Amino acid sequence: MTTDTIAGTAVQLNDEGFLVDPSQWTEEMAVELARREDIDALTDRHWQVIRFMRQQYEDTGTGPNVRMLAKTSGIPVKELYQLFPKGPAKTAAKIAGIPKPRGCI
Amino acid sequence: MGEAIEKVSIIVSQGSLEGVYPGLIMANGARAEGIEANLFFTFFGLDAIHKKRLEHLKVAAVGNPGMHMASLIGVLPGMSGIATHMMEKRMEEHDIPGLPEFIEMVADTGCGLYACKASVDLFGFNKEDFIDQVEDVITVGEFYGKAAGGQIIFT
Repeated sequence: MTTDTIAGTAVQLNDEGFLVDPSQWTEEMAVELARREDIDALTDRHWQVIRFMRQQYEDTGTGPNVRMLAKTSGIPVKELYQLFPKGPAKTAAKIAGIPKPRGCI
Repeated sequence: MGEAIEKVSIIVSQGSLEGVYPGLIMANGARAEGIEANLFFTFFGLDAIHKKRLEHLKVAAVGNPGMHMASLIGVLPGMSGIATHMMEKRMEEHDIPGLPEFIEMVADTGCGLYACKASVDLFGFNKEDFIDQVEDVITVGEFYGKAAGGQIIFT
């Protein structure tokens, strides 16, 4: 666990770089978190996924895995991997300040 | 925590439903972690990428201690079908995709799909027998080339 400053706020990150306290998250932080994931510019499509992940977390207590993300957001798996090459559910969850979704499929 | 894994190349050698899924889950899971992945289908594993066969993969009902059912019962006509149906129903209840959908999804994640040339020749297949997502028919040497620098998982 490390302490860091993102978009001017002191936050705690776990070993994988996820926000320990999701309630601290702001959309400004998303931009910085994305840059750390080698995504230099967030397009509207990126934001659609990020906001969707955040909403799912707030509604159900967890973010969806990739398959659920594709099914419920309507964005196909192929496009999700183009937007977030290092793993859409994992990366979008990190950028959205929510915990990494657990799931095997 | 040690060094992160950056690439996995997974060999699928089985033709049963329970023999194919572990490799696919490993490949899909790798891609979800941002790990580069390849799937190499060999021997009966070719059925999982064969256009005419991938919808008909069965659960092994004979000689399968994992079934917790005597082989003497498993040999009865229809038992394999029943076992497969039960497995598929449970998978659906747990939202695990069926084989054709799963293979397509794994390919969409950017995982490379390859058929083993030796097995393709052995069974008299050709590239056209396989689903479009199969990139190429390759030799074991070419597989090792693609796997270089990463981990190899045999299933």
